[in-house]
Amino acid sequence: MRFVFKTNYDQDIRLFKHSGQVFWYGLLIAALLVAPSLVDEYVMSQLHFILIYSIVGLGLMLLVGFTGQISLGHAAFLAIGAYTEALLQARGVPFVISLPCAALFSAMLGFILGLPALRLKGIYLAIATLAFNVIVEEVITRWESLTGGNTGQHLKPIVIFGYSLASDAAFYYLCLALTILSILAMMNLLRSPTGRAFVAIRDSEISASCMGVNLAKYKTLSFAISAALTGIGGALYAHKVTFISPEQFTLLQSIELVTIVILGGVGSLHGAVLGAAFLIVLPQLISIAKDYLPGNVAGSGLQAVVFGVVLIGFIVFEPLGLYGRWLKVRTWFELFPFYRKGMFRRQKSYMKSERLR
Amino acid sequence: MLNQLLQLTVAGVAQGCVYALVALGFVLIYKATETVNFAQGDLMMLGAFFALTASVTLGWPYWLTILFAVAVMAVVGMLLEKIVLRPVLGQPAFTVVMITIGVGYVLRGVVTMIPGWGSDTYTLPTPFSEGVVKVGGIIFAVQQLAVIGMTTALCLVLYVFFRYAKLGVAMQATSQNQLAAAYMGIPVRRVNMLVWGLSAGVATFAGILLAPVTFVHSNMGFIGLKAFPAAVVGGFGSVPGAIVGGLIIGIVEALSGFYLPEGFKDVAAYVVVLVVLLIKPSGIFGETARKKV
Repeated sequence: MRFVFKTNYDQDIRLFKHSGQVFWYGLLIAALLVAPSLVDEYVMSQLHFILIYSIVGLGLMLLVGFTGQISLGHAAFLAIGAYTEALLQARGVPFVISLPCAALFSAMLGFILGLPALRLKGIYLAIATLAFNVIVEEVITRWESLTGGNTGQHLKPIVIFGYSLASDAAFYYLCLALTILSILAMMNLLRSPTGRAFVAIRDSEISASCMGVNLAKYKTLSFAISAALTGIGGALYAHKVTFISPEQFTLLQSIELVTIVILGGVGSLHGAVLGAAFLIVLPQLISIAKDYLPGNVAGSGLQAVVFGVVLIGFIVFEPLGLYGRWLKVRTWFELFPFYRKGMFRRQKSYMKSERLR
Repeated sequence: MLNQLLQLTVAGVAQGCVYALVALGFVLIYKATETVNFAQGDLMMLGAFFALTASVTLGWPYWLTILFAVAVMAVVGMLLEKIVLRPVLGQPAFTVVMITIGVGYVLRGVVTMIPGWGSDTYTLPTPFSEGVVKVGGIIFAVQQLAVIGMTTALCLVLYVFFRYAKLGVAMQATSQNQLAAAYMGIPVRRVNMLVWGLSAGVATFAGILLAPVTFVHSNMGFIGLKAFPAAVVGGFGSVPGAIVGGLIIGIVEALSGFYLPEGFKDVAAYVVVLVVLLIKPSGIFGETARKKV
């Protein structure tokens, strides 16, 4: 086991806590950099999706995992990012301008959605975001003169400064660069006063406001940043699938995005990436398993059942998610043979009533 | 003009009755356990499938079908509470919401795997004719009147149950203050389990009423998403509020579907709920009080 002796205050906010982390993350990045020359086209495509969903997962993690707000409407931001990108590209706006535009426009709508969040809590916020998602989806469907409605939008490959990113590898490097930038931005954000304010709001709104955290400002800011990241994810998603239509951004999509956060582990940046990877890999595993199952079980419903069971299983048995499982495994090896069962047990929580009597 | 308005209102009320019953299911569970059950619509769907089996495969009469489906679903509801929900009791609301969403996924998927159910669309036969009744120039569909009548009857039964039956009073007590109820000798856990059973039963009833309108298929539960606005408009946690909210959403939908351009019908419920949340987040019948630290 490694002990980090802190000898000055800078060590508290360093991105890497010790040289081991530098080594392992460096190795991971190196592996990701050489990946395009090693894996086939299909795996490459899955890697694209994992990276894109990681960015979305990071955005949602900030909102759900670090600010403690609920959103069942993030597919709407994904849609807004995707459509902004598609429409701007169709009008000849270069990618380096249209991507920030997609992020900014999403952030703007995120800010607007954040306004009701100032008054709403828990389930009411969930329903408000749900309503937002349905309305955005319907607006995109009906505003045919702008969005093309159900006929959708086609996208051309990205061109940056005259250099086309049509090849899988080039698009992969773009996604990878944006994912790493997002992760670094989130790490920096979370160790800044703003990030601390978010966490304070999550842990207790009342104590946060007593400590001088401006709830209105930080809640809307959290919604805006989260929406911006989701918008970037949406723009990349649009280029990945090259065809977008309103039915890709339904409430079910929103729920899938939230499961990234739940499966990965609420409140950890690793969790966002792990959850995204899990969400992309799961359907592949299911389609492999289908070959070994009898006909009526292997129908269209299997994916829903597995998805639901995984979700329930994680919440009941592994509330810390995949990252929590990894922490447990690592601690088991570090402390061998002194690991105890209860080391990661949640504190017993009693029912906190939202009712007021 | 007025006739048209009245006719649309009746159609809206009939649809609203289904929303109201699903919303009633949410509210019962929410009041008892502070859990918002996103699987309510899927419980409704499962109930409709049980009714389908009893009615079509076994050839039972309509009334027996209802009793059978409600009874089976009450057991399913109680089992759900015992197996899935009780282990996460006391965790943040969001976690519990996600677990009920997971339950919804499982139910939707399982239904497509069961032989004889699958992912096809079925019709559930009803004894009510397809005919219409004319009252002073206004045309009512018999189906709609039947839905309204049966919902009213169920509401009366529930009212009597909560007002006079020992178990009903115990449920009220539990939902108001669990600790005090436990001190009074009410077995709170068992009562909560029964509330889930009751709620699943009510959902099944809604599913059977809805079956002639949307037919029976594995995705009919998504109508539950429209019952959320109903519950919020009425004030989450108020039983009469759920009924009134359901009717409001139903009428607004029917009217906006007719008077406003295409597309407004589907979002009308959500626009209403956003407006209500902005103006009066506690809903029409909700209590407002300060939160204590």
